[in-house]
Amino acid sequence: MKKIMVVCGNGLGSSFIMEINVKKALTEMGKNAEVDHTDLTSARTVQADIFIGAADIVGQLADGKREIVSLENMMSIPEIKSKIETLI
Amino acid sequence: MLEIIMKDILGVPSILVGLFAFIGLILQRKSSADIISGTLKTVMGFIIIGAGAGVLIGSLDVFSNMFNHAFHVQGVIPNNEAIVAAAQSKFGTSTALIMVFGMIVNIILARFTRFKYIFLTGHHTLFMACLIAVTLSVGGMHGAPLIIIGSIILGLCMVLFPAILQPFVRQITGTNDFAVGHFGTIGYFVSAKIGKWFGNKEKSTEEIKVPKSLGFLRDTSVAVSLTMTLFFIIVALFTGQDYIEKNLSGGSNYIVFSFMQAITFAAAVYIILAGVRMLIAEIVPAFKGIAEKVAPETKPALDVPTVFPFAPNAVIIGFLFSFLAGLISMFLLPVIGLKVIVPGLVPHFFTGAAAGVFGNVTGGRRGAILGSFANGLIISFLPAILLVLLGNVGFEGTTFGDADFGVVGILILSILKLLGVA
Repeated sequence: MKKIMVVCGNGLGSSFIMEINVKKALTEMGKNAEVDHTDLTSARTVQADIFIGAADIVGQLADGKREIVSLENMMSIPEIKSKIETLI
Repeated sequence: MLEIIMKDILGVPSILVGLFAFIGLILQRKSSADIISGTLKTVMGFIIIGAGAGVLIGSLDVFSNMFNHAFHVQGVIPNNEAIVAAAQSKFGTSTALIMVFGMIVNIILARFTRFKYIFLTGHHTLFMACLIAVTLSVGGMHGAPLIIIGSIILGLCMVLFPAILQPFVRQITGTNDFAVGHFGTIGYFVSAKIGKWFGNKEKSTEEIKVPKSLGFLRDTSVAVSLTMTLFFIIVALFTGQDYIEKNLSGGSNYIVFSFMQAITFAAAVYIILAGVRMLIAEIVPAFKGIAEKVAPETKPALDVPTVFPFAPNAVIIGFLFSFLAGLISMFLLPVIGLKVIVPGLVPHFFTGAAAGVFGNVTGGRRGAILGSFANGLIISFLPAILLVLLGNVGFEGTTFGDADFGVVGILILSILKLLGVA
């Protein structure tokens, strides 16, 4: 099973909401994945197949190796679906 | 038996919140594996917060001591995580009870009044519950009345603050699907109003080029480490090598010691954040699930960074001008006899950035600049005034950061004083 890590500055509020939305998107797509959320510092050292967050946050995780998905509107389920569709 | 239940089970905040998580998980009909792990993690979250508080208080004590010796006034670092963690040993039980019953009041208000908001920023619910518990208790209340009145106040905060902002949130996001639930509301509201009066929304911040290089400050641990290092070392220089090495550092070099204390502070905030994350991980989905069932026609009120992607330049501009106002206030506060509020990068980043976004939508660049500057003044002066009213509750050195904590705390204490309770 793939692991998705949702990231924000504090790892408390917006990443948590995004995690709930990513889970909702996965259910609607009939897909399964392990989803969790954390702060930017911790995200640098955790293992995950996909990192999701706002552009200015996950942009800092881009090292050419990590799979990064940046969201324009954190609340948009259609946006999440279209961006993770090919990756799951 | 009753004594064990009341004192050793319900009187221990970590067990109490674990119990709430347990009930929430059962109501959601989770598997027994989920129920066990969710309950254990919630209890653990609370214990981690306490552990972080221990680390934090050590470093805060050193900072206060140095600051006092150097400037002969008290320096206070506003940090929500810090004060909530520090207050848990004394106010943990009432905080936990007010948090959960406040959520229930929120659902009831959303169901039956026109304020249809469900406040999902769990860590802010926790912080506000703590502020209310502390202020009501300082104001002379205790026992059941404290919990009942506290929960009603918290529930009201959870719907009224998002409602105040909603017209501006609609303008920013172009939808009415969600609200902002973050207790920096008064700063954002003032910023939006200032933008409206003095700004020009045609000249948006998003048309100018702003360097993106400040983005690394979005990383809380980095931002806290940087500010604390800066302030610790500046204060250390004023305190003097002799004093620090004789009284505080046990002989080790005063600059190295200050640097280590600064990073210790940041490490403590990191520990506390991890604890808060674990604590709210089960409670927020349960709250959301129950709210969606009981009060279906409601809007989620979300943490403030959800509006950041709508105006990324305003985020940077807002942070800079809010922080500038914080720096200026640091020099103004002692002049009028208040304690010095040391501006933190984290509160100024989050609330300053948001004030920038709200100021921009009503007043463009001028709105973003003036509005976030006003926010910076607000989150410097309100905590200082609140500290005067709180008096001696035993955790000086830190206080609540964001605007609404100041407003609510000051209101509660002033009203209790007027009524003659305090």
